[in-house]
Amino acid sequence: MKKRHILITVFAALCVHWTADAQRIKGSDTLLPLTQELAEEYLAEHPDEEIIVTGGGSGVGIAALPENTTDIAMASRRIKFSEKMKFAGLGLEASEVIVAYDALAVVVNPSNPVDSLTREQLEAIFRGKITNWKEVGGEDRKIVVYSRETSSGTYEFFKESVLDNKNYMSGVLSMPATGAIIQSVRQTKGAIGYIGLAYLNRFVKPLAVSYDGGAHYAYPSVETASDGSYPIVRPLYYYYDPEKEAAVSPFISYALSEKGQSSVLEQGFIPVTPPAADGEPSPEASEQGKSVDD
Amino acid sequence: MKRFLEKAVKWLLTASGFVTSAVILLIIGFLFTEGAGLFREKVIEEGYVLALNRENPVRKMDAAQIKAVFDEDITNWSELGGPDLPIETFRLEDADDYFSEEELGSQYENAGSLIASLVASRPGMVAFVPETLIPEGADLNFIEDSSISPAEVFAGSEWYPTATPAPLFGMWPLLAGTLWVSFFAILFALPFGISIAVYMAEVASERVRNFLKPVIELLNGIPSVVYGFFGLIVIVPLLQQVFGLPVGESGLAGSLVLAIMALPTIVTVAEDAMRNCPRSLREASLALGATKWQTISRVVIPSSMSGIASGVVLGIGRAVGETMAVLMVTGNAAVVPTSILEPLRTIPATIAAELGEAPAGGAHYQSLFLLGVILFFITFFINLCVEFISSRNRAKNS
Repeated sequence: MKKRHILITVFAALCVHWTADAQRIKGSDTLLPLTQELAEEYLAEHPDEEIIVTGGGSGVGIAALPENTTDIAMASRRIKFSEKMKFAGLGLEASEVIVAYDALAVVVNPSNPVDSLTREQLEAIFRGKITNWKEVGGEDRKIVVYSRETSSGTYEFFKESVLDNKNYMSGVLSMPATGAIIQSVRQTKGAIGYIGLAYLNRFVKPLAVSYDGGAHYAYPSVETASDGSYPIVRPLYYYYDPEKEAAVSPFISYALSEKGQSSVLEQGFIPVTPPAADGEPSPEASEQGKSVDD
Repeated sequence: MKRFLEKAVKWLLTASGFVTSAVILLIIGFLFTEGAGLFREKVIEEGYVLALNRENPVRKMDAAQIKAVFDEDITNWSELGGPDLPIETFRLEDADDYFSEEELGSQYENAGSLIASLVASRPGMVAFVPETLIPEGADLNFIEDSSISPAEVFAGSEWYPTATPAPLFGMWPLLAGTLWVSFFAILFALPFGISIAVYMAEVASERVRNFLKPVIELLNGIPSVVYGFFGLIVIVPLLQQVFGLPVGESGLAGSLVLAIMALPTIVTVAEDAMRNCPRSLREASLALGATKWQTISRVVIPSSMSGIASGVVLGIGRAVGETMAVLMVTGNAAVVPTSILEPLRTIPATIAAELGEAPAGGAHYQSLFLLGVILFFITFFINLCVEFISSRNRAKNS
């Protein structure tokens, strides 16, 4: 009996010890694989620390920050005004740091002869104003528009960047996962959809996109996204409470270090400091970062 | 001691019965209170206002009109009963286009007054801004905000739960999609299910039956997401080729997957009911000179009607409430279906896909609970139907 008692006490103490030391990171599913990779590498260098990474979505992560159920919130979008108000109401602040950029590729079926579209054409297609490929120089075929679910950060970002904050048409097909979009675009001749750059494969064809009315087109790739010529790029953030900066900064500085940024590249994201560039990321991305939410 | 034990067991049984009922009632109560909260929410997103120029006489816009204005589908105030003026929309994100960084200030402390004066100087402008940003006593008009009306929700045909400034919660496409896909699923599953059940209960030899029954019950053990994958990779492309559809994700793909999923339930329950048909009835029929088929159709099936009916209803219940498989194969387009070959969106798929990111307590969250309430009523109605059928049957038999 006594032995068991001691065991339980030791176990409880271990639990307390463990949770007290572990850094908790929660939020965007887009950032989840990258953060897990970074955490593993970081722990290999610092074997006596603990990091727990969980997903759930950008909104979930940011909501967990003031509740103190996470130390770092991962977000694939900027903190919303309403979320900032909530922080201010509790007397808290949120520091943000951009860890990587993510580019979205617009993809069509490989049999589709269309190679490039302007932002205006994309907007018209996703809003249901253009419904046939022949209107944008393709075959006489109905356009089937695939989108992500409304809960996805990718959905919001595409709406902001490409649709100029207007709404998708109601007949858009919403798929629960990026994999489902690839599968559907692959087997549907008239399909168009959007996926993260990291997911591009040979079964779908990426389109060149122009944001200046057709003067310059760029295909999505890590190079075009980091030199700023590819326009559909979003920053990925870590948010944390500045009062806990001392606890979280070793991991964040690891993520921003040369080593961390090289795994960012390996995971199919775009590093914050492009290898061959002058430090300033893509213009679209910095514009995004500046948008006046507050 | 024995008596005490008996009493204790009796007490325990009573208590567990009451506790279970209480928990169920609490869950239903929770569902209803959360769902009803939607009608207390305002049309315009919480904490925000739509500010207008002082000279603009328009005071009322419903959610659909607000959406059309901000999507630039309505571009003139005359369409909303105002003067003949083009509409200019303003969101916070547009602030960069109007003001420089210096004007706004480092903490954007000047943003409120700048926006207020901008709206005051442009007669056709409507600005979607946080309430707290607008300075006190600003010379502006505001769109009157009203509560979300039940008519907009139940009869509305547009489902835009995350649209800003005004989300649209038209649930009719989702309800129609659910009923439509379940109806076709049961249309496919019913004849197959009943004939398999008759075959297994009456025709098949003992050996065939012992082989078939576990196989069919195996279908029940497959997780629904596996059915979904199967549907997406096999059924969807197949339908696309067979019917020459532009898009394979359709109500038909959903109902075929659901029919396969509902089949084991229907077969198992109906077969058990038929095998439980009293031996005396069967023997009496055969003794009167009826053939085997006459016995099956006139005696066995009618006498086990209530069991068959409950099997069918359990199958319908599974089809109506199924989430993951339909989420993957129906395309989830929130439009009122006009044919079974079009994409559609069901209620359970909507709840599953959206609840994860809907902020707790917000209008979107409450609207998903209201969808849950609707689903509850559909299932409740189906259960009432079973009750009715089996009680009528019992009366006829006795």
